[in-house]
Amino acid sequence: MNEVLLIGGMALVTFLVRYPLLELVGKIPLPDRLFRALRYVPPAVLAAIIVPSVIMPKGEIAITPQNPFLVAGIVSALIAWRTKSLLLTILIGMITLFVYRAVFNV
Amino acid sequence: MNKTETRTPRREFLAGARAIIPMEVGGIPFGVIFGALAVAVGISPMGAMGLSLLVFAGSAQFIGVNLVASGATIPIIILTTFVVNLRHVLYSVTLAPFVKHLPRRWLVLLGFMLTDEAFFTVINRYNQPDESPYKHWYYLGSALSMYITWQISTLVGIVAASAVDSEQLANLGLDFTLVATFIGMLIPSIKNRPMLVAAVVGGVVAVLTYNFPNQVGLIIAAICGVVAGVLAESLQPDEKKEETNKEEVLNAKAQRREDAK
Repeated sequence: MNEVLLIGGMALVTFLVRYPLLELVGKIPLPDRLFRALRYVPPAVLAAIIVPSVIMPKGEIAITPQNPFLVAGIVSALIAWRTKSLLLTILIGMITLFVYRAVFNV
Repeated sequence: MNKTETRTPRREFLAGARAIIPMEVGGIPFGVIFGALAVAVGISPMGAMGLSLLVFAGSAQFIGVNLVASGATIPIIILTTFVVNLRHVLYSVTLAPFVKHLPRRWLVLLGFMLTDEAFFTVINRYNQPDESPYKHWYYLGSALSMYITWQISTLVGIVAASAVDSEQLANLGLDFTLVATFIGMLIPSIKNRPMLVAAVVGGVVAVLTYNFPNQVGLIIAAICGVVAGVLAESLQPDEKKEETNKEEVLNAKAQRREDAK
């Protein structure tokens, strides 16, 4: 793994989504529809990361009580929904995962 | 003397640095875990620090490290970073009207340090009605404070990694912290039906494409989710669309009220 290439590439593409529009918007008009579509990027990307890591942590679909990630994921989602607190979601989610694994030895 | 005249660059800078503290509390564990995880999957300590110093994008760094662990190629990692970070386009477009008077060196710096945390902090300041000419100092204070916090927490993680067994660390399930964080960000962001459709489609397609080589399924899933969200929005009856817009305005107002407390 060439780390210089990896870091340089990641840094470049990240900068390219942060800076240019800060400079260009107001100077060049962009289609309104594009902005509206971009609002769906966070839920789509977040769900695309979350769902597989929760329901198939070992690479195969495991919708069973033997899957501690699924249990902790559901608890986290409930906490996030009720409290809207990121910190509580993380804390209670992690505690659930550790306790569930320890108690049920999964 | 009115409030505007009491504003100084220094005061704006400090107010910004203070306002972002709650976000930093949430960010510190991820910085630490990122540092430890990066070293655990075989990235050098210098490389891990370099990622935080130069990329400075928590979720993209985490995903990048996970991709390194799963053996993905560099082009796939870079492309995934790009897709994961696309939301910053929306942030920069939203902030652009407020900063377009600034010289280029300011825009480069503020753009480089634009994160989820800085965006949500700074947009609240720009939305306040007072006409302080120094709101960009508030932005700088928030962003720089977040940057420094991220570097220190990464460093702590890197140092801690050499003290613990990396195999043990990987088996602890600490990577679930990232999943829990994303859950904590995703759930409140689903404010209407099209958002829900985007999330459901993104999640389902990600599972279906999970076995595609080099995690390219993540990108396919993201694109499918966005397209589904746009379609769901266009299929809504017009009155529902207006409701959705109204909801967004109300949510923004509620958020501001909460911050004012």
